[in-house]
Amino acid sequence: MISISGLFGQTFAILLALVLAPLLSGWVGQCRAWFQSRTAPPLLLPYYMLQKLFKKDVVLAHNASSLFRAAPFVIFGCMVLACAIVPTLSTDLPFAPAADALALVGVFGLARVFISLAGMDIGTSFGTLGGRREMLVGFLAEPALLMVIFTLAMIAQSTSLATIVETLAHRDLVIYPSLAFAGVAFTIVSLAENARVPVDNPATHLELTMIHEAMILEYSGRHLALIEWAASLKLYAYSCLGLALFFPWGIAAGDSFLALLAAIPLLLLKLAIGGVILAGIETVNAKMRIFRAPEFLGIAFMLAVLGLLVRLLLETRV
Amino acid sequence: MTSLIAIDALLIAACTWFAIGLAGLVAPRNTTFISKTLFPLGALVGIGVGLVALDSLGSPAQTAVLVIGLPDLPFHLRLDNLSAVFALLLGFASAGISIYAAGYFRKGEGAAPGVLCLEYHLFLASMLMVLLADDAYAFMVAWETMALSSFFLVTTDHKHEEIRRAGFLYLLIAHIGAIGILLSFGVMTGGAGDYSFAAMRTQELAPFWSSAAFLLALAGFGAKAGLVPLHVWLPEAHPAAPSPVSAMMSGVMLKTAIYGLLRVSFDLLHTTIWWWGVVALVVGLVTALFGVLYATVQNDMKRLLAYSSIENIGLIAVGIGLTLIFHAYRMEGLAALAMTAVLYHCLAHAGFKSLLFLCTGSVLHATKERSLGKLGGLIHPMPWVAWLALAGVIASTGLPPLSGFVSEWLLLQSFLFSPGLPHPWLNMVVPVAAALVVLVAALAGFAMVKFYGIIFLGQMREPALKDAHDAGPWEKLGLLWLALITLFLGVMPSTVILRIDAATRQLLGSGLADKLNENGWWMLAPISPERASYEPLLVLVTIAATLLLGRWLVRHLYHGRVRRSSAWDCGYHFEGPRAQDTAEGFSQPIRRIFEPMFRMERHFPAARDTKPFYSVKVEDHFWYWCYLPIARLASWISTLIVTLQGGRIAVYLMYSFITLLVLLLVARP
Repeated sequence: MISISGLFGQTFAILLALVLAPLLSGWVGQCRAWFQSRTAPPLLLPYYMLQKLFKKDVVLAHNASSLFRAAPFVIFGCMVLACAIVPTLSTDLPFAPAADALALVGVFGLARVFISLAGMDIGTSFGTLGGRREMLVGFLAEPALLMVIFTLAMIAQSTSLATIVETLAHRDLVIYPSLAFAGVAFTIVSLAENARVPVDNPATHLELTMIHEAMILEYSGRHLALIEWAASLKLYAYSCLGLALFFPWGIAAGDSFLALLAAIPLLLLKLAIGGVILAGIETVNAKMRIFRAPEFLGIAFMLAVLGLLVRLLLETRV
Repeated sequence: MTSLIAIDALLIAACTWFAIGLAGLVAPRNTTFISKTLFPLGALVGIGVGLVALDSLGSPAQTAVLVIGLPDLPFHLRLDNLSAVFALLLGFASAGISIYAAGYFRKGEGAAPGVLCLEYHLFLASMLMVLLADDAYAFMVAWETMALSSFFLVTTDHKHEEIRRAGFLYLLIAHIGAIGILLSFGVMTGGAGDYSFAAMRTQELAPFWSSAAFLLALAGFGAKAGLVPLHVWLPEAHPAAPSPVSAMMSGVMLKTAIYGLLRVSFDLLHTTIWWWGVVALVVGLVTALFGVLYATVQNDMKRLLAYSSIENIGLIAVGIGLTLIFHAYRMEGLAALAMTAVLYHCLAHAGFKSLLFLCTGSVLHATKERSLGKLGGLIHPMPWVAWLALAGVIASTGLPPLSGFVSEWLLLQSFLFSPGLPHPWLNMVVPVAAALVVLVAALAGFAMVKFYGIIFLGQMREPALKDAHDAGPWEKLGLLWLALITLFLGVMPSTVILRIDAATRQLLGSGLADKLNENGWWMLAPISPERASYEPLLVLVTIAATLLLGRWLVRHLYHGRVRRSSAWDCGYHFEGPRAQDTAEGFSQPIRRIFEPMFRMERHFPAARDTKPFYSVKVEDHFWYWCYLPIARLASWISTLIVTLQGGRIAVYLMYSFITLLVLLLVARP
């Protein structure tokens, strides 16, 4: 069942994710700086950061519990699993049957619950504030994300990501209007889920606005490194998921080594363009008040439901 | 001969439970004897019930007739696959709860331990009899015994006024429900006067009458299960009852109502009309959404769990609704998928909700405190309870790789393939209902993070919490047992579904077993692996492996040094425990976003208050929309009737005289 080349492709995909994820974060940061006419930080900054943090001592608060110490590893594990499931280079992944699109959302949810709990563990006002806001964004974004997945699952008649990508990548050129709605909804959800402007700002430590940063304030050393790494893995997984769902061309279907090699430059190109677009969105938008977030994510939900209805009303009759 | 062993064994188990209960009366004040001998014995019987039920799954139905009962109507009993699934649930869940109870009940809390022991085991025995009953009479006797014994268990601590009121409310709604069930059975006999289920199965009812029977059953069992608007007793009775009793009621008793609903809708009524499914679906969605929203704003940990139970029952009702719709359109494959989701969620909920209720029991014993606002940081003194509660929380949130996710995944899968329905607008509405189910699941995450984070994490909100102690050995054993069930249901879904598939097959005529057998035991692919698959074991192993490997690598390549210091918190170093979120504060976003859903009384401090205080009280709309008007109407009617009662004997004699005259006039030969 599980071929050697499939296993190789799987291992390669995971390693590629681990290596590329910080690079993607660095690239987005660089683009952002350029858009804002600042001198850009080096592209490899996230790697330096990780190296520095891993070297440093862990400073734990007096009342940090075992959950606080375990959470970074659990979150990291969840994100590695997510990166293993999302088809990046090839759809021939031995791990793909482990979790379909619904289970992938569940894995992201597990990471979210752990990071929120970790944020609440020290018992500072910022930590609980962050945990509460993270769960707020979570319960607003998750239904929209699942509606997007439902739309795609109905097109492909499957919730397995590999099958969805194969169906969409190798279709005849049919235009699905529902995909346009789903695509916009997915973009909004990814912004919210990855703690990006306009829902959250990864660069802020201003107490009233932070969500993600508020939860991880008390982390240091290797724990913080793992959390930062996991955050960039999450951005990578979401980007690849978006690319796989909406721009699936170039993802290898079989397990041929050549197709795999050909997929790499295409993936890099797509990620680079995606990074530019993300930085652009972050530059032209301002961070919104936390209570505007429900409206913003409500739009995503409505668009996703609209996409689903369009699929049911217009496209099934053809 | 072998075919009769299982039902006999279950009958013996019910009698043993009853005998254990009676044994408690021998020495009602001897706490050690009762808790360390009788309750563990009850747990053993529970394991026995579970094993017997597990073994009998897949074998043909067995019947028995008891000699007791009415002269013409002896008790009929029957063990089929549906009963067996629920008996399995009852046995294994009650085993964990009984072991826990062995360490829980102490001297001098409410009723005498012996009486409690009798009520508790009578409750267990009557639930088993409900599952075995094969005629309406036996069913109602067992059902009422169950309601009464649980009423006495709820009012264990009857010296408190509020507990007596909660018990009364429970009893009242239980009986409103019982009337519905009784009428439903009456309709199903079709006027033939034969109350055995076997006769009901052969009745050919007109669509109007079968619909009436279904709606009455939905209302009757819904009252027991906690479907909106008959849910009001749940958040009152659960906090009032001792924790093992709450666990038993929420984890097991609510499922007997689901069992009854399934029995009536799929077994006794053999025709299904599509709009029944829509009714169940809508009621289920309203219940789930209502339950989860109210769960997020509760400040009492057991009330929070009670509302969460309402949410879960709502999800189960949604699954039943979906099954009915598919079944009515003869889409048996999908109906089997939805039915499996229902049964699986029943099992999963029995595990994780019992676990969570028992954890609140340990917290209650350790701190004497039920209000979330006075807890916090309990993971330090109570690591066992905290980590086991985390398993319950993750399962309850519906996250992989634990049990709650499997049933939610199955439910969503059955929603996803609904567009094949031969009904145009249903086709549209059903996938949108899925969106609401997802919203409910996501909100459940919020409620559970609040529950766990406020109780176990953070700083202790009261200084007295430092003296809290972890659960005792019996309690730990019970919690561990339930956590293992949750884990097993989470990572071995195919194995479990292959066992319970017999019940699905019995009710719908088709099951998932063939599809599942095509793949390995580790993979859950109810339709085909290309369409949807889930391998929870691989998910668990991957996360665990990354965790361990990551830890080892980091320590090996770098170091494992740790320094302790005070919390950084952006430099504000004088923050006490009061600076953390309170329970009210945590749910503030929900109250703000879903404001119209709640009835709130809030008090905000003004700018220059010398003694500022903030308070918020959230109440249930249904009290004001539904219950209080009925109560007022009842009391208005009774004030009218009071005028008849003048208190003078002459007037009363005149009433009798007039009645006699009227009767003589009316009842002429």
